[in-house]
Amino acid sequence: MSNLLQEAENRQAALNTRRLFLRQCALGMGGLALGGLTGCGPDVPAGMPAGVAEAFRFAPRARRVIYLHMAGAPSQLEMFDHKPELAKLHDKDCPPSLLAGKRFAFIQGTPKMLGPQANFAQHGQSGAWVSDLLPHFSQMVDEVAFLKAVHTEEFNHAPAQLLMQTGSPRVGRPAMGSWVTYGLGSGNENLPGFIVLASGGQEPSAGKSLWGSGFLPSIHQGVQCRSAGDPILYLNDPDGVSRDLRGRSIAAINAINQKQYEQVGDPETLTRIKQYEMAFKMQVSVPEVMDISQEPAYIHDMYGTEPGKSSFANDCLLARRLAESGVRFIQLYNWGWDDHGTNKGTSLQHGLRDRCKRIDRPMTALLRDLKQRGMLEDTLVVWGGEFGRTPMRENRGGVTMPFFGRDHHGEAFTMWMAGGGVRPGITYGETDAIGYSGVRDRAHVHDVQATMLHLLGFDHERFTYAFQGRDYRLTDVEGRVIRKLVG
Amino acid sequence: MLLRYLLLLICCWAFTACVEQAPLSYNAHIRPIFNAKCVGCHGGVKQAGGFGLVFREDALVETSSGKRAIVPGKPGQSELLRRIQHEDPELRMPLDGAPLSQEETALISRWISEGAQWEEHWAYLPIDRPEVPANTDATTNNPVDVFIRARLQKDSLAPAAAPEKHELLRRLSLDLTGLPPRPEMMRRFLEDSDEKAYEKLVDELLASPDFGEHWASMWLDLARYADSRGYERDQSRSIWQYRDWVIRAFNDNLSYAEFARHQLAGDLLPSPTQDQRLATAFHRNTLSNDEGGTDNEEYRVVTVIDRVNTTWEAFLGTTMACVQCHGHPYDPLRQEAFYQSYAVFNNTADHDHVTEAPYLITFHQQEEKKARKLEDWVREHTDNGARTQVQGWADMIRVREPRVRPYQFTEVVNGVFTDRGDEDWMFLTNGASLRLPPQNLTAVAALHLNYRLNQETRVEVRLGSLDGPKVGEALLDERGGYNYHRIRLQPSTGKQALYLRFYGKPEGRLLGLYGVLYQEALPGATAPGYAEIEAFIDELLTAKDSVRTPVMAELAPVSRRTTTVFQRGNWLVPGDTVTAGVAAIFSPLEETADPRQNRLAFANWMVAPDNPLFARVAVNRFWAQIFGRGIVQTTEDFGSQGAPPTHPELLDWLATTFRDEFAWQPKVLIRLLVTSKTYRQSADLTPELLAQDPHNVLLARAPRKRLAAEQVRDQVLAVSGLRSDKMYGPGVMPPQPDGLWDGVPYSGMRWETSTGEDRYRRAVYTYLRRSVPHPSLTTFDGSNRQACLSRRVETNTPLQALMTLNDPAVLECAVYLAKDLTATYEATDARIAGLLQRTMFRRPTATERERLTALYNEALADYQNDLSAAEALTGAASPELAALTLVVNAAFNLDAFLTT
Repeated sequence: MSNLLQEAENRQAALNTRRLFLRQCALGMGGLALGGLTGCGPDVPAGMPAGVAEAFRFAPRARRVIYLHMAGAPSQLEMFDHKPELAKLHDKDCPPSLLAGKRFAFIQGTPKMLGPQANFAQHGQSGAWVSDLLPHFSQMVDEVAFLKAVHTEEFNHAPAQLLMQTGSPRVGRPAMGSWVTYGLGSGNENLPGFIVLASGGQEPSAGKSLWGSGFLPSIHQGVQCRSAGDPILYLNDPDGVSRDLRGRSIAAINAINQKQYEQVGDPETLTRIKQYEMAFKMQVSVPEVMDISQEPAYIHDMYGTEPGKSSFANDCLLARRLAESGVRFIQLYNWGWDDHGTNKGTSLQHGLRDRCKRIDRPMTALLRDLKQRGMLEDTLVVWGGEFGRTPMRENRGGVTMPFFGRDHHGEAFTMWMAGGGVRPGITYGETDAIGYSGVRDRAHVHDVQATMLHLLGFDHERFTYAFQGRDYRLTDVEGRVIRKLVG
Repeated sequence: MLLRYLLLLICCWAFTACVEQAPLSYNAHIRPIFNAKCVGCHGGVKQAGGFGLVFREDALVETSSGKRAIVPGKPGQSELLRRIQHEDPELRMPLDGAPLSQEETALISRWISEGAQWEEHWAYLPIDRPEVPANTDATTNNPVDVFIRARLQKDSLAPAAAPEKHELLRRLSLDLTGLPPRPEMMRRFLEDSDEKAYEKLVDELLASPDFGEHWASMWLDLARYADSRGYERDQSRSIWQYRDWVIRAFNDNLSYAEFARHQLAGDLLPSPTQDQRLATAFHRNTLSNDEGGTDNEEYRVVTVIDRVNTTWEAFLGTTMACVQCHGHPYDPLRQEAFYQSYAVFNNTADHDHVTEAPYLITFHQQEEKKARKLEDWVREHTDNGARTQVQGWADMIRVREPRVRPYQFTEVVNGVFTDRGDEDWMFLTNGASLRLPPQNLTAVAALHLNYRLNQETRVEVRLGSLDGPKVGEALLDERGGYNYHRIRLQPSTGKQALYLRFYGKPEGRLLGLYGVLYQEALPGATAPGYAEIEAFIDELLTAKDSVRTPVMAELAPVSRRTTTVFQRGNWLVPGDTVTAGVAAIFSPLEETADPRQNRLAFANWMVAPDNPLFARVAVNRFWAQIFGRGIVQTTEDFGSQGAPPTHPELLDWLATTFRDEFAWQPKVLIRLLVTSKTYRQSADLTPELLAQDPHNVLLARAPRKRLAAEQVRDQVLAVSGLRSDKMYGPGVMPPQPDGLWDGVPYSGMRWETSTGEDRYRRAVYTYLRRSVPHPSLTTFDGSNRQACLSRRVETNTPLQALMTLNDPAVLECAVYLAKDLTATYEATDARIAGLLQRTMFRRPTATERERLTALYNEALADYQNDLSAAEALTGAASPELAALTLVVNAAFNLDAFLTT
């Protein structure tokens, strides 16, 4: 009895100490860079908005993000989630228990089960399973943490992409990249802090809403760099206006505006002067960073790049160049992963293989390149789609499709992360024998986002922005940091 | 602890003993403390410990600990007071937060001892008309000035001097019409010494058709108007007639209350006009999702939720979005309140379908004549009750509602209802049959089937059962597109079910059935001319190529939906059933005998004089447009988390004046604002003023505003002389960079650059595709119209600089103006002076003359050495024109040009 009392007292004391300690930390954060000194939080970068500084509570492991989004939702069952049991069930009727109460985008009636359409093997020290569709990537698995049981409520592309990138399935919320640049600012004042590159011939289903700044100031919206035309809209001087003349005309504009400021006294005029200077610098810095032709031959070889073309490979190399130049959030979209099996191009036997071929080498090169430059340490690389695909074969309209394909599936899919403080060489989460649902360590989309913000130094619950009478955050009212992923 | 409590008691005693005080105000003294420190855990979302502080009844209950947090009159027994002062950080509130200050604690204690009375938040209190303060200023008798100056005096501030006349007119014209004044008007104003010269111009600008085109933009942001549907494919939507309606409404000075009522429920007014029906497109501006595999019902639900949020934000300045999932964290709105409003909007016929039905048909002239003849015929040949019957016919002909939809079919054989993505049909194969819901057939003369046909199909209509008597049949053979086919029925009586059976080839689908319209017998069967009129029915139902605008249409009684709360906002988890209504803090909706009138009842409730929000929110919006910021800065949120009004009496005076004296006429209100001396001040800033009132809350100067996105475009068009003043019609496509639309999947839509004058129309007519709006709109902070937007956040970015420097559309205006200046003036000096006259309506400053002349000379030297560059810029091998174009382009980028 006395032991019990003693223990209770000890626990209470420990709790109090923890609370007081936390409180002191919180107070320390109010001061400038005390957090770093006292060991309870990171140094707050200069210029961070006050409300943001309060959310910046952890020593950041990642300073920038490269996010590779495979728009259309790639099949985890052909790439990462090894399910030999599913092969045995191939062409058998799907049991009613998997269908009852579920909503699907296209599956109707009773579909057949569909065995994996690729061969799997274990790779590296970590023994991670990867299919033969990704021979290059298989060599890098020890740098990577796999999330095998990610889940989402959305089963249509646009809403699911929005949930993944903005935390809400409806349009109008700021993109993750906007949140991050809002919080951390840009690492290079001559380049936008949040840059978007899209390949695959189409933009993702949810379009530009995926990189909109929502209610955050529009300076934080993602800037799409295009491979054709001006890399940034209106970046190039008009025909017939030389660099020199452009410089002189901006000098004249700014001189007149300076005078205007002296007379009227509006500080916005000073900001405008600065923006014109920055615009002039961007006109040089953007084409420079976007020009991959300067890269040595071995780099082109490694990525499989062809300067002047639009490709995922070019975008991967650009991502590295942008990361080197201090861009905070680099978002790649690659379109076309919606393998329903309605035709050859969207089939698991053909389309998926081609697309895997197109991303395998460049994404592997990106990891390797970042690593050899010492940048993988503080660059968080994330790969994934907006949901996964069903272990059942799609039977749109109740008929048998000409090719093998799978329907949209939000209950379990695979993502991977590397660098930026992620524990390498691990697999987090597990699905059942056929890859239908997560059975261990499931991770919701908001958990992934919470973890990413954590790696960047933010407490996702405190990282808020007041709008229309409410504090909004990327993770809405959900999300927990996946501790096991943090190295 | 004890000592502290004693000290506090002494403080309180001293407090009360020294002065005979008025009781504390909950709103002024207590609510700010609760909102900042307590309601995060004890509010509308969470009621930690079993009590919350939003409603008094929730705060006075016995909490989970068995104690009462607040015992009115008894601070000593109030657990709340004990806990906020507790020594133990484990127990002290707020948990994990800094303790309340002694002052705050004392205030709460005193407030409890005074009886712990709650007070409604100011915005929910009835509007009492305040007295205009005594005017001590001989220079003005405008009440706006009297209120503003009374407040300025308190802070020992003096109003700014009057601006230069040209500056004032430029500002006025941009504020009222979105355009700079015409040079001729400026000249007139500068020469007019009449003391009413300014007022005359105000009236002239208010009467200009440009007025509506400008003010429409503010409303279109709130109405989330766009020319496309949103989401993945983001296909075109033909709803521009709504935009034109808004422009006309502002130009016609339509009463703001009617403006609101027509948009929410114009279709439910007695014998609605075409315009009143059109206004209801307001709520058809919601996004719709045609992505393959999307659940149409899911996106219909999203649409209704958006209608609730938009209605409350646009008209009532209330953020309902929080209440979708739980009670409002700060304001007295419980979760049911959201779904009571949801019930108001939950029974319209639209359903995220690719046809965007129901839509209002604007017939071609010939067909419109027939429609009117038909309506007149019905009016002439019915006795009493004609109005409802005429309306029924008008609904059927003009909106093609109400119709029975596939989800209401029962006993379906060989039919599959697919309501995913862009499909929303009952697909039928040979031998298919189905039952329509029972309906009183006494007056019914025909069914109109609406379908898409795959192959020739024979339909039989049977009464009562599949084997019942055959009462009608038809052969469907019109392939392609959506068709209507009338099946005349033999007379039946009473409420009975009709059965349909379909025959065709054994293979493949026969058709996709979209819906069924019941048609009554046209009255006056024996009157001469009957056959001609009767034939109009088919003609009008199958009329093609008419303009169709999505509008609101109420479901028939047999089709109505039940509304429930969604638990935690999840539409798949229904909770308790609710009916149309409003939160208890408001006066209730008027009872309606017919639930189909609920939307109208809500609209009437909203604009009723005793609604405390409607008038306040309205005048605040107009104020914000004119003065750059609202009296309540958060124009979207009048709740307790919104900004408090900077001039509460002025707000209420304006609200009551707008409502009671101005009969809700926007132009009269705007006139009052812009004729005030407060408006007619200089915008110049002094460092002292900037330090004392950086955001110009007190208006000791005129606001300096950056032009809105639309104005940035319209201004260069106007000053260059390129602007077309053509009004109305489908969205136009001025130049934009190539390939912007190429990335949109499954769409195939193309940006076809407009030719002729359509290339030079005002920005309000630029085609707005939600996923890829024209860059000139988004770069300058315009809305992409995905959701209701009350305030644009103004930014100042390098992308804006790149746009006004390099956009070919801006360059085109610069070349055009440079040519004109070259033709008008001989000398460079005069041309530069002319440029400043055209753009800023004044002589150049010394700096402008010096820098622009230098730029001209440098550019001239360059272009003389490189004629091809000159030609590339202007299309003419003239170094002078190229150099002047560069100078004009510089003028288009001056801070003074981009601001008022």
